[in-house]
Amino acid sequence: MIKKSPSIINKLWSCSAVFLLLAFWLCITSTGLIDAYMLPSPLQVGKAFVTEFPALMEHSLISLSEAFAGLALGIFLGFAIAVAMDRFDILYQALYPLVILTQTVPAVAVAPLLVLWFGYEMTPKIILIVITTFFPIAIGLLSGFKSADPDAVNLLRAMGATRWQIFRYIKFPGAMGQFFSGLRISASYAVVGAVISEWLGGFGGLGVYMTRVKKAFAFDKMFAVIFLISVISLVLMKAVDILHRLSMPWEQN
Amino acid sequence: MAVLEVKEVSKSFNGQEIIHQISLSLKEGELVSLLGISGSGKTTLFNIIAGLSLPDEGKVFLNGAEITGRPGQVSYMLQKDLLLPYRTVIDNVSLPLLIKGMKKNEARQKASDYFSQFGLEGTQKKYPSQLSGGMRQRAALLRTYLFSEQITLLDEPFSALDMLTKREIHQWYLRVMEQIKLSTLFVTHDIDEAILLSDRICLLTGKPGRISQEIIINKPKPREKGFSLSHEFLHYKRQIIKYLEENL
Repeated sequence: MIKKSPSIINKLWSCSAVFLLLAFWLCITSTGLIDAYMLPSPLQVGKAFVTEFPALMEHSLISLSEAFAGLALGIFLGFAIAVAMDRFDILYQALYPLVILTQTVPAVAVAPLLVLWFGYEMTPKIILIVITTFFPIAIGLLSGFKSADPDAVNLLRAMGATRWQIFRYIKFPGAMGQFFSGLRISASYAVVGAVISEWLGGFGGLGVYMTRVKKAFAFDKMFAVIFLISVISLVLMKAVDILHRLSMPWEQN
Repeated sequence: MAVLEVKEVSKSFNGQEIIHQISLSLKEGELVSLLGISGSGKTTLFNIIAGLSLPDEGKVFLNGAEITGRPGQVSYMLQKDLLLPYRTVIDNVSLPLLIKGMKKNEARQKASDYFSQFGLEGTQKKYPSQLSGGMRQRAALLRTYLFSEQITLLDEPFSALDMLTKREIHQWYLRVMEQIKLSTLFVTHDIDEAILLSDRICLLTGKPGRISQEIIINKPKPREKGFSLSHEFLHYKRQIIKYLEENL
């Protein structure tokens, strides 16, 4: 008898759940339980996706370039903050509450302010993405640095290692796992951040597209773009997972 | 001449003296054990010799030069092998050479020259998680050796291994020590292990810990496997147990 691996069975369950949801959706729309203009059927959404595909791609490109620019800067900032806070305890004491504070302010609330300050171009959008993405990276790296085995650190010290060598050989590689967990979250934040900042003004991007189709009450296109955004987030998270596996080969076995 | 010399070292923590006036010396090619129960200050002494902490009193000398409070002179090995999971065996082992400033390829080359001698042939590109406990300890030992070629401090290095692996690694250690002319300061609480491996055993007893007795094991090396079952061996063991019990 062939034993099915658990991961295949798990996939089977999650696929059938999605399939059931789609079937349910199709049922309530095709039976006229909910008016089609309020909730378009999955088929209409699919059709809208196909007809709007060129426009969607064009806007995605804009959103994605914002997301990537913001994410890259966010990683850089998160990294710098984590290294500085790990190195100087005073900075840790001083900055930690501040870093937490940046996360308690909702992105949607800050976005209009950023638009007023920096206009409708890319700058306010990238800033918003940086604010949302640096946090998981910084916190992940920081806890990774702090969890370095003190015995290993002492061994390297006994060998005469400098602070930089201890960072390079123990703290940094030891924090890679937490870095990637943070990056996974940040990657999806970056896309959401881009869309939110585009809602508040701009000349292109999925958020701008969304506000346009909303004003036209084009629900099918709304659904198409929502669907696209979640696909993009999923793809990015998967890409991070692959990167994670490739750069940490010792975790394979 | 002694390669390592510890002179009247004392250390207190929070007003409590942990070790008191400990002196010992290690000659070239010699294995000296520090035998004591847990809490007798073995690890404190170790950290002082490794230069990780400063003694309140006393000095440490390596080849006649004072190294008190100066790390980067002697390396050590613990029960925990402390191999870094994200570095291959060769890169773990060559770490001390990198720290000393050697180029990566040069360090790998130098380290791999010792792999067969340490029984690690073929493990160069593996990760530590792919090795058995005994192999990991060998790798950790090679790393220690590559740091300071003549002297190693071992703090209960084999206590996590099962009995058979331990027996095997003891024999192997004595052999390798002989070949590479290693001097070893060996901390253990295992009496059998101490008798089997040592030239001299220093008994560390009391609170604060002090060296209260030195026992010389008069048995030429290499010692055959049967030694640990001989009358001679038992005689030493009886002597040590009696002494430890009297001085608790």
